[in-house]
Amino acid sequence: MSALTGTRHLVRLNLRRDRVLLPIWVLILAVLPVSYAASFFELFPTAAERAAYTEGTARNPSIVALLGPVYGDSVGALTAQRSGFLLVIVALASLLTVIRHTRTEEEAGRRELLGGSVLGRHAGLTAALLVTYAADLVLGLLTAAGLHATGLPTAGSSAYGLVAALTGMVFATLGGLAAQLTETAGGARGIGIAGLGAAFALRLVGDTAGNDWPSWLSPLGWAARVRPYEGERWWVPLLPLVATVLLAAVAYPVSVRRDLGAGVLPPRLGPATAGGALSGPFGLAWRLHRGQILWWSVGFGLLGLILGGAAEAAGRSVEGNAQLEQIMARIGGASGLADAYLGATLSLAGLAAAGYGIQAALRMRAEESAGRAEPVLATGTRRSTWLLSHVAFALLGPVVVLAVTGLATGLTYGFSVGDVPRQVGRMLGAGLAQAPAAWVLAGLAVLLHGLLPRFASAAWAVLAVCVLLGQLGAVLELDQWLLDLSPFTHTPQVLRDAWSATPLFLLTALAAALAAAGLLTFRRRDIPVL
Amino acid sequence: METAIEVSGLVKTFGRTRALDGLDLTVRTGEVHGFLGPNGSGKSTTIRVLLGLLRADAGAVRLLGGDPWQDAVALHRRLAYVPGDVTLWPHLSGGEVIDLLGRLRGGLDPKRRAELLESFELDPRKKGRTYSKGNRQKVGLVAALASDVELLILDEPTSGLDPLMEEVFQHWVRRARQDGRTVLLSSHILAEVEALCDRVTIIRAGRAVESGTLGDLRHLHRTAIDAEVTAPLDGLADLPGVHDLRVDGHRVRFDVDAAALDAALRRLTELGVRSLVSTPPTLEELFLRHYESAGR
Repeated sequence: MSALTGTRHLVRLNLRRDRVLLPIWVLILAVLPVSYAASFFELFPTAAERAAYTEGTARNPSIVALLGPVYGDSVGALTAQRSGFLLVIVALASLLTVIRHTRTEEEAGRRELLGGSVLGRHAGLTAALLVTYAADLVLGLLTAAGLHATGLPTAGSSAYGLVAALTGMVFATLGGLAAQLTETAGGARGIGIAGLGAAFALRLVGDTAGNDWPSWLSPLGWAARVRPYEGERWWVPLLPLVATVLLAAVAYPVSVRRDLGAGVLPPRLGPATAGGALSGPFGLAWRLHRGQILWWSVGFGLLGLILGGAAEAAGRSVEGNAQLEQIMARIGGASGLADAYLGATLSLAGLAAAGYGIQAALRMRAEESAGRAEPVLATGTRRSTWLLSHVAFALLGPVVVLAVTGLATGLTYGFSVGDVPRQVGRMLGAGLAQAPAAWVLAGLAVLLHGLLPRFASAAWAVLAVCVLLGQLGAVLELDQWLLDLSPFTHTPQVLRDAWSATPLFLLTALAAALAAAGLLTFRRRDIPVL
Repeated sequence: METAIEVSGLVKTFGRTRALDGLDLTVRTGEVHGFLGPNGSGKSTTIRVLLGLLRADAGAVRLLGGDPWQDAVALHRRLAYVPGDVTLWPHLSGGEVIDLLGRLRGGLDPKRRAELLESFELDPRKKGRTYSKGNRQKVGLVAALASDVELLILDEPTSGLDPLMEEVFQHWVRRARQDGRTVLLSSHILAEVEALCDRVTIIRAGRAVESGTLGDLRHLHRTAIDAEVTAPLDGLADLPGVHDLRVDGHRVRFDVDAAALDAALRRLTELGVRSLVSTPPTLEELFLRHYESAGR
C-alpha cells in the first residue's frame, strides 16, 4: 500500500461534501474582478478620467494600504488593483477549505473512521490539497476568461488569473501545514490566519513606505508585482510556486511524524483554579463575550481607519467627471460627498453593530441548547441575573463597536482634512447615534429568546430585512411606511446636521421594552427548551 | 426535617407527550435514594422539576421544605446538581469550571476539591473542549461533591466513567452520606443502584411503579445461567425459582431467582460443569418481565 492509496476516494468525498460551498466561493470570487472591470469601463471611459481617478484615488495611501499599488491608469491596471483585497479572500477561503478537510475531520474523529479502511498516510492531506488547488485553478481560469471577455488584453487577464490561482494555492498549502501543528481546527485556523495577516501586514508596509522590500516577502505582495496589464513580469509567479512546494515539503514530513489526532505543538493548558474575576454570572459572561468584543473592535477599528482615510479622496474622486461633479454639487461639494460617504459607512457599521447585539443575545440560546445554562441556573443564580449578564453585552457591545469605528474613522479622516479634534467628535457622535437602532434588534432577540426560544434566530431574518430596506429601499422607491419599519430609518443623519434626540429616546425605550418583555417571559418558561 | 424530597401526583406534559404521569417520590433526609428507570422514562424531567427549571402541570412538590419553583434560588444554594451529560465551556479549564460552579453555589471545600481531583485522576488545567465525555462528567462530579450542600442531585452521573472510576464515585457517595448529606441518584444501571442506595424508586413511563428498600426489591433479581454440563441433565426443572429452562444436548440455559441460585448451582456442579456463564439481568429485561403489562 503506498502512502497515497485512497486519495482518489477522499477527493470524491471532499468534492461531494463541498458541492455547494466550493462552487459558490469560486464563482463569486471569479465574477467580482470582472464586475470591477466592467464598472471601470463604464465610469471612466476616457483616459483623462482614468488618470484623474488614478491620481486622486488609486494612489491615495489608504487605498494603496488596503488594496495594493497601482501600476498605471489603464482599465486593466485599475481592475487589478481594485481586486487586490479579493486575493486576501481567495487566500482565506483556500486556507479554511484545506483545514476543514484535514484537521476538522481529525478532531471530529471522522478521519479515524476512514483511517481504519484502506487509506495511505498522505491520502488525507493530498486529497484536501488537490481539491483546493483545483478550485483555485478553476477560479483563475474563470477570472482570466471573464476579464478577457470584457475586452481587456489576453496577456494581462491570464497573468491576473494565474496570480489569483497561485495565491490561493500558497495559502491552501499553509493551511495544510497549520493543520499538522495543532490538535484543534480552531488552533490551525488561528495559525493560518495569523500567517495571512502577516502577509497582509508586510505588503501594507512595503506598499506604503518608501522602500518596497517587505512586499517582496509576502505572497500578497508578489501578486501585485506580476503587474498584470502593465508589462507583465512572468518570472514573478515562480515565487508563489516555489513557496507552495516549500510549504508542502515541510507539511508532508510533519504529517508522517505525528500521531493521528495529535499535533506537533502541545495543546495549551489553562489555569488549575479560577481567578477572582470568574466568581459570578457576570464574570462568566465576560469570559464568554470578551473575545468577540475584542475582535469586533479590532476589525471595525481597522476598517474605520481605512475608510476614514479614503473618505477625503472619495470626495474628490469625481473631479474631471462632469456628470458626477454635477450630482456632487447638489449635495454640498467635496466635503458633502465625503460626509455622505462617511454617513453611509457608519450606517453600515450600525447594521453590523446590530448583528453583534443579536449574536450576543443569542449566546443565551446557544448556552441553553448546549446544556450549559442548566447547571448555572441550578445554582444560586437567579434567572434574571443570568439573563442580564448576557443582555449587558448585547447592549454594551454595539456601543463599543460603534465608538471604536467612529473614533478610528474620525482620526484618519480628520488627519486627511487637517482637523482631527472636530472630525473625531463628529464621527464618534454619528457612530454612537446608530446604537439605539442596534439595541432595538438586540432587544428583539432577547424577547424571542424568552418567548419563542426555538425561533430565536429569526432575529437574524429581521436584521436582513432591515439591511434590504436600508440599502435597496430608496432604489426600489418603496413606500415610506415600509421603510419606517426598520429602526435604522429613524436614526438621525448626524453628519448632515439633522441631529434630533427624540427618535433616539424612542428607539431606546422600545429596545428597553423588548428586553424587559424578554426577561419576564424567560422567568416563566421551562428550561431547557430544546 | 424528615423528608428531603416529597413529590406526589406530579404531571408534566410537553405538547402531546405526557412525560410525567402522576409520579410519586419520597426521599428521606440522609439517605441515598436510587431513582431507577430506563432511558426516556422521565427521570431527567423529574429532576428538572425538582430544580425549578421546569414548571409542573399538576401535583405537589416539596424540596428541602420549600417550593422548587417559587424558592428556586434559596433552595439551589443548599443543593448541587450534576446533569447526565455535562457540557463545558470550550475555553474554560476544568478547574475554572469547578471553582465557578462552587462559587455560584456559595463556596467549595478546597481540601476536598484537591482530594477529589486526585482520586478521580482529573487534570484541572485542560480546556473544556479537550476533555472526553468521562472527564467532563468528572468535572461536574468534583464541583458537586466538593460543595458544602445538604442535597446532591445526580442524573446518571457515571455514564462515560470507566469501572475503576465508578468505584471512586461510589466511595465519594458513601462519604457524602456519612457527612449527613442526602443523595438522589438517577440511574438505569441496576448494579449501581444496588451498590449504593438505601432505598429505590423505580419509574416507568412517567410513573413510579415500585418503591422501597433493596430487600423489598429482591424479588426483581433474577440471574441468567448458560452452562455446559458433562452428564445428561435432570432434576432442574422441578427446582422452585428456576424459569425458562431450555436444554439442548449438554447445553442448558435458564433464569433463576436470587433465592434459588444456590440450589440451582449445587445441582449443576453435581452434573459436572464444563463451562458456565452467568449474567445479571439488565434493567430492560426486568421491565419487560415485571412491568410491561402493568404499565400499559
